[in-house]
Amino acid sequence: MKNAISDALVITKRQILQLARVPEVLIFSTIQPVMFVLLFRYVFGGSISTDQPGGYVQLLMPGIFVQTVAFTLAATASGLAEDMGKGLIDRFRSLPISRSALVVGRTLGDSLLNILVLAVMGIAGFVVGWRPTSGLPQVMLGFLFLLLFGYALSWTGIFVGLSARDARVVQNVSFIITFPMTFLSNAFAPTTGMPRPLQYVAEWNPVSTMVAACRQLFGLENQFGATAGSFPSEHPLVMSLIYMVLIMVIFVPLSVRKYKNSSK
Amino acid sequence: MKSVVAQHLIKTYRNGEVRALDDLSLDVEEGTVLSVLGPNGAGKTTTVRILATLLSPDSGNATVGGIDVIKHPEKVREIIGLSGQYAAVDETLTGWDNLVMFGRLYHLGKQASINRANELLERFSLTDSARRPIKTYSGGMRRRLDLAASLIVRPKVLFLDEPTTGLDPRGRQEMWGVIEELVKDGVTLLLTTQYLEEADQLADEIAVIDHGKVIARGTSDALKRQVGGERLEVVVESAHIKTTMEIVAKVSGDKVSLDEALRQISAPVSTGATALIEVLKALDTAGIHPLDVGLKRPSLDDVFMSLTGHVAEEVVAVPEAGKKKGRK
Repeated sequence: MKNAISDALVITKRQILQLARVPEVLIFSTIQPVMFVLLFRYVFGGSISTDQPGGYVQLLMPGIFVQTVAFTLAATASGLAEDMGKGLIDRFRSLPISRSALVVGRTLGDSLLNILVLAVMGIAGFVVGWRPTSGLPQVMLGFLFLLLFGYALSWTGIFVGLSARDARVVQNVSFIITFPMTFLSNAFAPTTGMPRPLQYVAEWNPVSTMVAACRQLFGLENQFGATAGSFPSEHPLVMSLIYMVLIMVIFVPLSVRKYKNSSK
Repeated sequence: MKSVVAQHLIKTYRNGEVRALDDLSLDVEEGTVLSVLGPNGAGKTTTVRILATLLSPDSGNATVGGIDVIKHPEKVREIIGLSGQYAAVDETLTGWDNLVMFGRLYHLGKQASINRANELLERFSLTDSARRPIKTYSGGMRRRLDLAASLIVRPKVLFLDEPTTGLDPRGRQEMWGVIEELVKDGVTLLLTTQYLEEADQLADEIAVIDHGKVIARGTSDALKRQVGGERLEVVVESAHIKTTMEIVAKVSGDKVSLDEALRQISAPVSTGATALIEVLKALDTAGIHPLDVGLKRPSLDDVFMSLTGHVAEEVVAVPEAGKKKGRK
């Protein structure tokens, strides 16, 4: 057990070293979300009318935070697929290390990257007028929620990464999963404008409950959370927690098994 | 004592459609080198992957260092080193980073990992490039680093899966030098290759495999003897081919073959140098001056040809596709 943890940390350290050796990766993974902040804030922000005090940016920031952590799925999946392609996974599997070390280490590493990216985005948001009104403990809790959500999705990414045969396919598959997931939600626009069936999907979408949960924790009235009193829009915090647990319960064992059996 | 034993291994892919290993058995005596020689798709990589605990056979059993690979894979992993066809190292990291990381994963402890990394870099002449990302390494350097990574804990048994495939001649020579050094240190080595020359150079014993079975095994010399004795080869001007063939046929008393493009006439001979002199005398009498003449011992190419009926480089694509699952 002690070894399992230290092995995982060696793998996590490998990712930190990678970032240190190729800092461009870190730069671009923060530029992209910052770019989203600016684009949505100034391109769409003007034409989406809200009666939110402080303006659209208050609603937007939680949406962009969730979108960014949702993309952890893609990051984990493609990183792992690349290791597979290069035969690195085989090498790790031939070492006397715990079978979970590699996957646990990678999910932790990707979460560390999320901390950095979220910090940079938070600052960018602040610069363009984002002002959470709830107080520090709630804001920190919001960020903790975001990290946990990213961590849970990272396990989905492990499964996707190990299932595909080629790193390029993984990129595409993860985009096909994450794009509709983040846009078919209350993240950027009110779900009330969607056709009725889509509204239901959007309401139950974990991205929506996460966004609503963060808005609540950042001190907003739960706007964009769509229609009449459905369970997820009434209880976004609880629902988000349930989703995270559910994702982990399904994908942790699935991914570890997939890893053990990869190429068997 | 046998360090590696594989008995009746069977491995199929795609629900039995592709038979990668078809009752394969082999063993390696402690401290010796066995070369598993065969064309692409013969089952070399599958064999190594099973012995290195990466893959389970459908049936059959195997032990490495006396430990059952199926029942106690985690114990086997502690005593083996594996270096594959691809340099399986993290390319964004430096050579030093990689070796220290693998040292930590072998639970060497921080300082011991660092010391071992420095030691191995020195030994494989990589000290100068230790702080450069692997991306900037040449093919030969990558393979050496990959090999170094498999030697971190001084494995008892080393598996090298086509260690020189894709290297240029210089890289190959360097790699051979490194491997020969290791063998001197007494490691038990199972090496796969599709290069006959490589097996000849490095191995104590050779197991020739084709379609998932061992079809012959023995020392390089024994295998060559199995194919038959020496061949006499003469190259002459086109005008003299017919006469020369008659002369060679008379001396050899066996089937004479002709390579028209090379204008080379050859035939098996049992009397070696005496036959050579006879042929030269007869040619001289006939007023024919050979452009080239010589005795040739059979190469492993000939061995392969006579055992399998096809040349070793032939690519049998189907089983390979199955076993490369999940790889580029």
